[in-house]
Amino acid sequence: MALSNEEIKNKLIEKFGDIVTNFDEPYGMLSFEAPKDMNLKVLQFLYDDAALQFQFLTDLCAVHYPDDKGRELAVVYHLHNLVENTRIRFKVFTSTEKPDVFTATKLFSSANWMERESFDFFGVNFVGHPNLKRILNVDEMNYFPMRKEFPMEDQTRVDKDDEMFGRGGSII
Amino acid sequence: MQEQQHHIILPEGSIEKQTNTLNLGPTHPATHGVMQNILELDGERIVSAEQTIGYIHRAFEKIAERRPLYQITTLTDRLNYCSSPINNMGWHLTCEKLLKVKTPKRVDYLRVIIMELARISDHLICNSIVAVDAGAFTGFVYVMQYRELIYEIYEEICGSRLTTNIGRIGGFERNFTATAFTKLEKFLREYPKVLKEFEGLCLRNRIFMDRLLHTGGISAERAMNYGFTGPNLRATGVDYDVRVHSPYSSYEDFDFIVPVGQTGDNYDRFLVRGEEMWQSLSIIEQAYRKVQEFKGAEAEVFHADIPEYYLPEKEDVYTKMEALIWHFKIIMGETEIPKGEVYNSVEGANGELGFYLVSDGGRTPYRLHFRRPCFIYYQAYSELTKGAMLSDAVITMSSLNLIAGELDA
Repeated sequence: MALSNEEIKNKLIEKFGDIVTNFDEPYGMLSFEAPKDMNLKVLQFLYDDAALQFQFLTDLCAVHYPDDKGRELAVVYHLHNLVENTRIRFKVFTSTEKPDVFTATKLFSSANWMERESFDFFGVNFVGHPNLKRILNVDEMNYFPMRKEFPMEDQTRVDKDDEMFGRGGSII
Repeated sequence: MQEQQHHIILPEGSIEKQTNTLNLGPTHPATHGVMQNILELDGERIVSAEQTIGYIHRAFEKIAERRPLYQITTLTDRLNYCSSPINNMGWHLTCEKLLKVKTPKRVDYLRVIIMELARISDHLICNSIVAVDAGAFTGFVYVMQYRELIYEIYEEICGSRLTTNIGRIGGFERNFTATAFTKLEKFLREYPKVLKEFEGLCLRNRIFMDRLLHTGGISAERAMNYGFTGPNLRATGVDYDVRVHSPYSSYEDFDFIVPVGQTGDNYDRFLVRGEEMWQSLSIIEQAYRKVQEFKGAEAEVFHADIPEYYLPEKEDVYTKMEALIWHFKIIMGETEIPKGEVYNSVEGANGELGFYLVSDGGRTPYRLHFRRPCFIYYQAYSELTKGAMLSDAVITMSSLNLIAGELDA
């Protein structure tokens, strides 16, 4: 690997100063974050810079942290430089009140559906997206099911009528 | 202008000038899965296509947030169900990365055998389905007999065939039996001849070539921009293969070629998959040879020594206190998993299958995201089929190797 995490980090700090923060290397992958209105600038820089060339968007997804007020939703980009074979993880955080994040579809065609998926499940509003509508859930759905306020059913609950599930006989 | 002279000029608003809308799917013999394409047709030519997916969405990512690592393996089975073992192994490898578990070499080689068998069975389905869509049903029915040999090997190892739930964190649930190896040998002996026959049926067949050449093509730049991976990307000429770029499960110990195409069209995708099957066969042979080289106690190793995550022997559970405790802790999911974030990917049969696991130190993942290759590259379908004939669109769909289970998670 010719391109070390240290080099990428230095390049980013040189270009953006203290806007890029929280550098970390969990399990060897360089991970950092930037303010949400800077996401396109950072992605574009990573894409264009002759040494960095992170031109392959491996993955885009969202994570919900309800306890972190003002930055409840994280949008996580996994980028890959295929030539140097280096991967990085880039995050932006947004609040649930105003979950606006600029779309990366202009830069990566692959971001289209992945952003729709993040919108569908987390309600991240990708500003400028050409076709931001639900993708896996029904259009009529009016909530964002992957958010933590919708917990999965407690497996120990006893108020369930088993007859409704074809198992015969109610347990209460 | 020159071109117009060959066409009949129709008056504005005439019925021949209007386009038709055709629903291809969600349940259509040509879609090979539950997915819908709304096609706008001008005669038989496609003006635009819009895909609707999500018909079999089962909320795996949400369910995974309530399940211990152990129970998520069964969810991965149901992603790309044509090659479940690769998904299973990918998941185990992700857990092992998070838990910093090092697996013994013999486990790695056995896993390679299973993963490559799965790759062959997946490619075999895809290529023979392409042939079916081009009108050659015989090949499909014929090669299915030999996929059966692969499924019998799975059966011998884990007891099931389609949704395999094969392996455990750290290794396999049990050692490979002598029968499993006999069946593997039988497969290695009989399969190459069949693959050769199948290729003979299609590769230089005039009709087949006419149907596949120059249809559904995409340039390398566009394919990368669309996030193509796996055989579909390699058909465009980009030699990206996770097995080579970031080797897992000791893939670095094997010699194999990464076949690439040139034009990224249906024919190149077919060729790349065909060649990958030959390469997989060679990898399996190499791995089998390596497995046979282990002697003495080493030849019996089939899992890493991690009592916190690997289920103890049933016999020990009945007789030893410690084993009984671990058995219950693991089954009830009462082991805390370390805090951390990990992305791990394997070369799935249709592309890079990634797992992004966020753990907050609880007993279940805080967030698990599957990078499903065909979800990402299927969005290119409207670009691939723009201006193509309807019959080409059908072949393009099957040669992309779309698996509805993976598409919808």
